[in-house]
Amino acid sequence: MTIKEVRDILRARVLCGEHLLSQEVHSACGADLMSDVLAFVKDQSVLLTGLLNPQVIRTADMMDMVCIVFVRGKLPDESMIELAKSRDIVLMCTDLRMYSACGKLYKGGLVGLEC
Amino acid sequence: MDSLHLHFDIDGSDFTSAGEAASELKRVLRQLGFPPEIIRRCAISMYEGEINMVIHANGGTVDVYIDSDEIIFELIDSGPGIADVELAMQEGYSTASQEVRDLGFGAGMGLPNMKRYTDQIIVDSIVGVGTAVFMSIKLE
Ligand SMILES: Nc1ncnc2c1ncn2[C@@H]1O[C@H](COP(=O)(O)OP(=O)(O)OP(=O)(O)O)[C@@H](O)[C@H]1O
Ligand SMILES: [Mg+2]
Repeated sequence: MTIKEVRDILRARVLCGEHLLSQEVHSACGADLMSDVLAFVKDQSVLLTGLLNPQVIRTADMMDMVCIVFVRGKLPDESMIELAKSRDIVLMCTDLRMYSACGKLYKGGLVGLEC
Repeated sequence: MDSLHLHFDIDGSDFTSAGEAASELKRVLRQLGFPPEIIRRCAISMYEGEINMVIHANGGTVDVYIDSDEIIFELIDSGPGIADVELAMQEGYSTASQEVRDLGFGAGMGLPNMKRYTDQIIVDSIVGVGTAVFMSIKLE
């Protein structure tokens, strides 16, 4: 699916990277521990997290992820948004909680990766 | 090809900018045309090491040597050191504070990740003196 479809499924608000919404994404991962995200080198495109600090953006950058979804209505600050912009990463936020957000995306066809 | 040397000072007081060095390395490797898989392995290994220096050791230095057949990392700090390196290398072992955990670290996965993504890793540590981590990633 495209990042735009991720936005629609999650009824999320895009905070930066509007010009990247047509990009295709193939898999996602939900985590609040960054080293857990870093443990799987396989291509994952979307990160869902309830965590809010600049290292979330850096972790996604290291993994070549293209989209971060903040769950439970969490809003990143301006410095995080700037960092994401400089790395061409789309940021969006949804009021959904982690389980529901992941479930909706999975049902919509965005799978996780088995290890 | 002559070996290319990159040096980074890691500021131990600034959690926000931790990862800048790994990011910079990533940019350089991309410019040099390395395959994405190699770049990612380098970036993650260095990022985990960099974060460790910031959250456990109050900063340090990283030297990266890019050769024709391998990329070598030397991470040196004068932090508290690691009493039992073998234990520290195990998945799930962490002494991170609650504060660090609230920031999304402290899963005890950093050193195991560094081991997983490199072809060789040596952790040399003396309690009260500091820690040196050597890593090598081979290039085919
Ligand atoms: N540079 C260092 N100086 C001192 N102690 C260290 C250093 N690096 C690692 N350690 C010790 O080894 C433990 C395991 O490190 P590791 O990177 O695997 O996990 P972590 O940093 O605690 O959590 P995570 O990396 O998952 O966020 C740390 O909790 C810490 O006690
Ligand atoms: Mg660590």
